[in-house]
Amino acid sequence: MDIESLKRKAALLRADAVTMVHDASTGHTGGDMSAADIVTALYYDVLRVYPENAKAPDRDRFFLSKGHSCEIYYAALADRGFFPKEELKTFSMAGSRIIGHPNNAVPGVEVCTGALGHGLPVAVGAALGAKRLGKSYRVYVLMGDGEQAEGSVWEAAMAAANYKLDNLYAIVDRNGLQISGSTEDVMALDDLGAKYRAFGWDVDTCDGNDMAALINYFHSPKTEGKPHCLIARTVKGKGLPFAENQAAWHHKVPNDGQLAEAYEALGVKGASFK
Amino acid sequence: MSKSTLRGAFTGRILELAKQDKDIFTLATDSRGSVTLGDFAKELPGQFVECGIAEQDAVGIAAGLANAGLKPFVCGPACFFSMRSAEQVKVDVAYSHMNVKIIGVSGGVSYGALGSTHHSTQDIALMRAIPDLEVYLPSDAVQMKALTDYLASSAKPAFVRVGRGAVEDIYPEGTAFTPGKAVKLRSGSDAAIIACGETVCQATAAAELLSQKGISVSVYDMFTIKPMDVDAVLEAAKTGFVLTAEEHSVYGGLGGAVSEILSQKAPTRMRILGLKDEKLYTGTSAEVFAHYGLDAQGIARSLLEGLKA
Repeated sequence: MDIESLKRKAALLRADAVTMVHDASTGHTGGDMSAADIVTALYYDVLRVYPENAKAPDRDRFFLSKGHSCEIYYAALADRGFFPKEELKTFSMAGSRIIGHPNNAVPGVEVCTGALGHGLPVAVGAALGAKRLGKSYRVYVLMGDGEQAEGSVWEAAMAAANYKLDNLYAIVDRNGLQISGSTEDVMALDDLGAKYRAFGWDVDTCDGNDMAALINYFHSPKTEGKPHCLIARTVKGKGLPFAENQAAWHHKVPNDGQLAEAYEALGVKGASFK
Repeated sequence: MSKSTLRGAFTGRILELAKQDKDIFTLATDSRGSVTLGDFAKELPGQFVECGIAEQDAVGIAAGLANAGLKPFVCGPACFFSMRSAEQVKVDVAYSHMNVKIIGVSGGVSYGALGSTHHSTQDIALMRAIPDLEVYLPSDAVQMKALTDYLASSAKPAFVRVGRGAVEDIYPEGTAFTPGKAVKLRSGSDAAIIACGETVCQATAAAELLSQKGISVSVYDMFTIKPMDVDAVLEAAKTGFVLTAEEHSVYGGLGGAVSEILSQKAPTRMRILGLKDEKLYTGTSAEVFAHYGLDAQGIARSLLEGLKA
């Protein structure tokens, strides 16, 4: 898929995600939108995954450690054909498997996430497993920036460098906002890249809402013998004019008018699953 | 009667199994010495993962190894794996249905005078409340070895707690065990004792003391905490008095599990014998057992008191 097509796909997935939040009256709009371009780049360009055979042993692994951004994740999985798109209509409904944090009863979801600080350790295990088994699959994990305050992230950061896991890609959705406000006010993170570098990682930064920059990052040669960290600078609520850069939109639900405004801003007619 | 450590029985057997099955991995948290995984690490370095002193990370890494198709056994002190990494056990392992086995060593008050930082006396309560997680407290080395075979062949997540010191052999070599099926070690008609882990041999000794006083007591080894053997509990209740004995808080452990069954299916007089809800008395494991009446004399005394009450 070319860059323009990927951008269009990201807009369609954003529309699906914001519609799911609107219809269910629950969800995490802000982080869905900041992560949308990263998820799109991964699922439509980078990951070697097989929707018809979701558990193929050599598939690339993706772990959504910031599990609250599950709407954009489910939207991408459904669109890639891991499960019927119709099922997105059941998001957060009683008895649905499409619940408010990633659930590995859903094809394509590797493990249940949502408790923060869990994704990187699991990704380290999956990457170490590939090394020990001589498999060539890669492991990708998407974390939030507020999540970086969890100690288990840094336990895993040490282990990843210790085991020289150059098949591991950790992406931080650095939108700068968490539920209580700025990450720098809640628990100062910067210089986050320097922290990962000090832990022995190969670190890059890019505009995480710039599709061309993301694709360029994933396809550029990487340092051998080190795990890779991308600090993806993003905008929380990206693409929704009423939500951009506002901490309150961490888990605010759009009303009917805002949903219409979102569709207009995204240049779409509506959700693809309705 | 000979004595053996359960951790030694586990590590000896898992090394044999891992030589045959390259998917079996062990993980340690700077705990290869305390677990006795030194030989495994030396002989099968490609199947051993050192995680450093980081239990949360170790359980997460194990879930990731399982995701890669491997069969990881995470091994270290039960106190840390049941609490420090409880959320990883709940989410990454049980909720995610990952084939991870957690082997908690030096459980209960094994660490004696090291104090409650190193005691795991809430682990049964915590672990058995986690859906889809099996929980075992084997009572001797023969049982541990058999359990290791089962764990290596099962895809279900499980938490196993063993002690530190050598314990008396209870079963003849080669005895078979079935998860979900308690072992009835002794038949009696006046009362029943249900025990698990290191209280099992104390319970059988207590039954012997009581028989000298003309009191006939059944003894059950409930090594299978979850799935629990409901039929065995109901059978024990037919004696009219059930005493549970465990190296665990009196809250939420074996006694709690048994009373959950009996209070709903067959209300029966009971006594729950365990560690009091207090800052624990410290000493050697045997001294702590004696202090809280978990040794043979204490169990016999409590049973007599219970029968008279």
